[in-house]
Order: sequence, then structure tokens, then C-alpha cells
Amino acid sequence: NQNKMEQHGIYLSSFYLFLWMGVNIFLFVWYYFYYDLGDEFFYTRHLLGSALAWARAPAAVLNFNCMLILLPVCRNLLSLIRGSFMCCGRTIRKQLDKNLTFHKLVAYMIGLMTGEPSFFLLHCKHFRQGVYDKLSTALSALEDGANTSYLNPVRKTDIIPTYFVFTTIAGLTGVVITLALILIITSSMEVIRRNYFEVFWYTHHLFIIFFAGLVFHGAGRIVRSQQNEKAHNFTFCKDRPEDWGLIPECPLPTFAGVPGYHPRTLAVTLFLLPFFRPGCGCVGFETLLELQLVKSGFKMDVGQYVFLNCPAISQLEWHPFTMTSAPEEDFFSVHIRSAGDWTDKLIDIMQKLPEGAQGPKMGVDGPFGTASEDVFDYEVSMLVGAGIGVTPFASILKSIWYKFKEGNPKLRTRKIYFYWLCRETHAFEWFADLLCVLEKEMEERGMGHFLTYKLFLTGWDQNIADHAKVQVDADTDVITGLKQKTHYGRPVWDKEFEQIRKENPTSVVGTFLCGPEALGKVLEKKCAKYSEVDPRKTRFYFNKENF
Amino acid sequence: MGKIEWAMWANEQALASGLILLTGGIVGVAGQFRGWQFAAYAVAAGVFVCLLEYPRSKRSKGTSVERPGQYCFTVCVKAFGPLTRNYYVRAFLHAAICVPGGFMLATVMGCVCLGIASLIYLAAAIRGEKWMPILPKVEVKAPVETMKNPPQNPPPRPPAEFRRKHVDDLEGAAYDNPMSVTADE
Repeated sequence: NQNKMEQHGIYLSSFYLFLWMGVNIFLFVWYYFYYDLGDEFFYTRHLLGSALAWARAPAAVLNFNCMLILLPVCRNLLSLIRGSFMCCGRTIRKQLDKNLTFHKLVAYMIGLMTGEPSFFLLHCKHFRQGVYDKLSTALSALEDGANTSYLNPVRKTDIIPTYFVFTTIAGLTGVVITLALILIITSSMEVIRRNYFEVFWYTHHLFIIFFAGLVFHGAGRIVRSQQNEKAHNFTFCKDRPEDWGLIPECPLPTFAGVPGYHPRTLAVTLFLLPFFRPGCGCVGFETLLELQLVKSGFKMDVGQYVFLNCPAISQLEWHPFTMTSAPEEDFFSVHIRSAGDWTDKLIDIMQKLPEGAQGPKMGVDGPFGTASEDVFDYEVSMLVGAGIGVTPFASILKSIWYKFKEGNPKLRTRKIYFYWLCRETHAFEWFADLLCVLEKEMEERGMGHFLTYKLFLTGWDQNIADHAKVQVDADTDVITGLKQKTHYGRPVWDKEFEQIRKENPTSVVGTFLCGPEALGKVLEKKCAKYSEVDPRKTRFYFNKENF
Repeated sequence: MGKIEWAMWANEQALASGLILLTGGIVGVAGQFRGWQFAAYAVAAGVFVCLLEYPRSKRSKGTSVERPGQYCFTVCVKAFGPLTRNYYVRAFLHAAICVPGGFMLATVMGCVCLGIASLIYLAAAIRGEKWMPILPKVEVKAPVETMKNPPQNPPPRPPAEFRRKHVDDLEGAAYDNPMSVTADE
């Protein structure tokens, strides 16, 4: 019983996927037949067999996919597209959230197309054990000169194949880029990516070598086609190689190489380079440091993140941090936890600073945009932050409150439901403090109902539960000191959605999550389940954050 | 970069290399290319490397994710003790295995990839990492107490004077109710 909106999103995704797959299949089939049936490749096919077509078809698919692979991860380009699609509705912008999935899909296709030709080298006569037939010998004997041109790039019959590979541009670049690709793939495996992020990150930069090698891979032009088919008819001449050049019907066949990348392609690639700002994953937390930074001309939106660099620690390392300040403040802040060498050193430097002194100079790159910019558009917002995913919501909540105080017309939100799930709050006391401050301010203005938040401690143990039982009558929560009580265990989403629907019978509710994928799937389903088809009734829209 | 366990990446790389070596070997043998004997060797070497590398090691920090069906491989690999536990041995073993692959074009890719895996294992070994098997936890069950022992001591009682029932208040002495009872409504 899926609702229309969710169906719409699924149709759009399927459409793009279908389109992409369609182009891949088309390219493969087109180029397969181009090389397998083309007259100009008749002699080439005689030497290479069906390996020619089976190797060139994936090459075409590779060209297409290598062009595509960078686009889903060009952060600047994505931000640009998001901005220009402001008018085109939420559905299109949500497609951009699936960028990483698409990047992985294209990567699998590249891997597959790189491996496939190896099977079809079985037909490659260049390096066979057996003896060349009369035609092949004649073709291979063609020299590179004034009136003649060669076909067989392998000039000697006793050449060692490996030696040949390493002394041609195509061979050498081929080995180098395949190696780069394999290293990138092995370091992108889920185990490595999730647990040893720097290995994944630095190894992925081998893509620079990959593209450099790819651009020059065809420069040697070793795949050659016949140029003078009209003068030299192969149907007649193929059985008479001994007469070539001696009878008028069969002048020596001339060959030229199939060109590699056109300079135009190179120009486009270089043009796209400034748009490329690779993103990466979450930062883990331990001891906390709040860094407040000031930069002239810096503009940010809620929930965005920046890359920070500290030359005093490392010239090369840039690390991403979600900003925890609101755009309305005159500084921007990040909360940094000890999660590795770089963050440890930064915390160490800051701790050693004397009172009131300014910190070392930092490099800032960004800010980079996310879907949380949509959060002000909804009348009712349902925000779910799990674990460290709560960080962007600090920025969002602060900004909503500032906008509300100023009476900012851009703010359509009039009710927020905030769900905070974490194992233990010790790690997020700063966030609890923020909620405390907001709670007080709202009470003072009689706006206690603007923000409803629920904290779920998923890592409770018997001690905590016993303590809570004893304190059940206290005014404020025993763990956080907040007025609204802490719940233990995970939320029962059906109950929560029911409550929101009951309290807001005619509104559009935007649901935002920053947390694990599994939770995202659950929420997506619930959003679909509790949305009414009737546009006058409650509808839930799900937006997933992906840091 | 301090917390990286190089062995985890070396393992992924070595497994991939094993597969590439195997594939290259199959192509080389099936196509009867020059030097196909090296390809035949590569098939055997590829299978061996895959079997050795399939069981993932237990991580020293954090949760370890098993590969599907790796338990039997874990047991086999564990049986070799220090030979498979020590990464120096693995590094040199892979370096030695990969060399013959370099003599034939179809297997050259597998050779280079395995060589790189060998280098990463060397880095892991230098940092003192070890291969540890992921074994299912054997839970030690405490003996379930189905019956608690009966109490050894009698319950505490007030002194004898208070226990004696008072003859003058027979009704009060007949039934001593600790809690007031109200009728259910």
C-alpha cells in the first residue's frame, strides 16, 4: 500500500538506472559489431580473431563509465545542482542523495569491464604457440614506410609478450591503471572503508594516476584499421597475399591506428576538475573540543560541514567536521572529538594555550551542502539524530530558534519533534546543554510547545534503570537535567508517528535523519505507511542525511 | 594513521590477487599461450592463496566481521599455528609465490598484485600484528539453580513475652493482620 510520493521516488531512481544500463548495453553492442563486422577491420580480425571486438566493446563502456564516475562525488557540482533545482521540487533533489550508491554501481561496472577482455584474449593470435598462416604472415610482414604501413604492432615473431606489454604505451599504461584500480577496489571494501578510513581515503587518490594513464592509454594507436578499402578489396585479395603490390587490384593495404582520446575530452576533464571536492565519512568522537572560528566573508547554511586543516600539525591533512553553530551567529563552530592522531594533536595544542589566547591559524575549506537546508520548508519537522548524527541538528535547532526569535519569514516551521537516540549521553553533554538552554528560552516566551524532544538511551543497564525508577517523581530528568524525560531503549516508531499524525492532522511533515542506514530504512517505511494519499491530510516526507 | 591494522587491507589485497592469479592462469592454460606451464602453476598458486586468505583475522580493536562460511577455513588455517599466525611468514610466502607469475603475460597482473599484498603484510608484521582466528564464543554457563537451598536459620522472632498470646484479648490475639484489609470495589 505505498503512497504516491514514495512510488514517484522509486520510479525516478529506476528510470535513471534503466537509462544508464541502456546506454551501457547500447555502447557494448554497437562497438562490438563495429569492430566485428566493419570492413576496415577485416585484416585486423584475421590476426586477432574475435578478441578484437570482445576487447573493444568493453573499452567503449569503460569510456562512458569513467566519465560518469567522478560526477556523483563532485561536491561542488552537487551543491550547484542542488541550488539550481530549488524550484524543481523535493523529489529531484532527493535523487542527488543517492549519489554514493550510483558511484559504487559505476565502479562495479568499470571493474567488470576491465576484467572481461582478459578471457577473450584466448583468441589472440599474436602470442600463440602455433604457426601463422600465409595471410597472417603477409600481414605481419608489412613494414612502416613511405608507401606502406604496418598492421601488426608486434614486429618480431619471437618476442616475449610481457616484454612487449611493458614497452608499449598501451601496455604499460594498461598495467599501471589496472593496478591502481585493483588497489582502489580492495581498499574500498566495506571492512576497510568503515574501520580504517584513512587507508581508503588516501588509496582512493590513486584515481589521479588512473585517469592520467587512461588518457594516454590509446596514444600508441596499436589497434589499426585499413585505410584503402576501396583500392584494395579484401574479399578478392585476401587469398593472394603474394600478389599484393604486384597486381592493380591489390595494392598494398595501408593501415592507421584508431586514435585515443581527443584533446577535446582532455579539455572537458580539466574543466571539471575544480568542481571536484571529494567528500568522506563521519568523524568519531571521544574528548570534546569546541572550536569557534572566524573567517571574513564566510557564509554557511544549517547542517553543512567544512574541511579543516591545521598547518601546525600537518600540511596535507584535511578533515571534515559538521558545523554546530547557526548561520545567524557571527562565528562558526565545530565540536571536535579525539578520534585519531590529528584530532588528538589539535586538542593537545588547544589545551596548552593560555587563557584567552587565540589558537593557531587554521585552513577552512567549504562549507559543503547537504539536504538539511530543506528543514525550514516544512510546517512540521521530525528530526532524528542517532549517536554522532546528532551534530548537524545542533546547527539546525539553533538556527530555527534564531529565525523564530527574529520572526524570519523564511521559516515555515511551527513545530519540531526531535528524537535523539544514543547509547550514553556522557559523550554528548554539550548537546544536552544546548537543549537545556533552548528549553529555558522557549519557556520564557511561553513557547514551550514549539519543540518537543525525546531522548532515547539505547545503552541502559540495570543500575541506570533502578536509579530512574527511584527518581520518577522528580521534576527534571535524572540523566540530562532536562525537563523532558529520558526514555530507555529504542523508540516505538509506530507510536511516535501516530502521535505526530494525531497532533498535526493537516500538515506536511519533513522527516530528517542523521544516523545508521538501517534506521533510515525503518523511517522511510514508516513515512510511507503513515502518509495519507489525500493532500489535505498528514503527509510524511523522508530525507536522508549522508555525511 | 596510527590505528590502522594493515593486515586487514593486506588480506583483501591478497584475496583479490589470488583470484586474479587464478583467472590469469585459466586464460593462459586454456589459450595454450607460450609459457602456459607458468599459467598452470598460477592456477594452483591462485587457489592456494585464496584458501589461505579467505578466513579473515580477528581485529585487535572493534568487532570483526566474518566472511560467509569461513569457519572451516579458519580451523584449517589455525591448525598451522605460528606459520599462519606470523605475518612475516606470509609476506615472504606471497613474495615467493608471486615470482613465477611474472614470466607469463596472462599472470603478470596477479603477480604484481600479490607482490603488493606481500609488502603490505610486511608492514603489518613490522608493526607486530598477528593473525587471530574468529571463533564463536563458547559461553560458560553457570550451573542453573533450579532449587534454592532451604533456609538454614529460623526467621527472626520477637522475644518470648511478645509471642505469647494474651488471654484477655482473645479476639485480637486470634488473628494478627499486618496490613489493613479493605473490600474490593
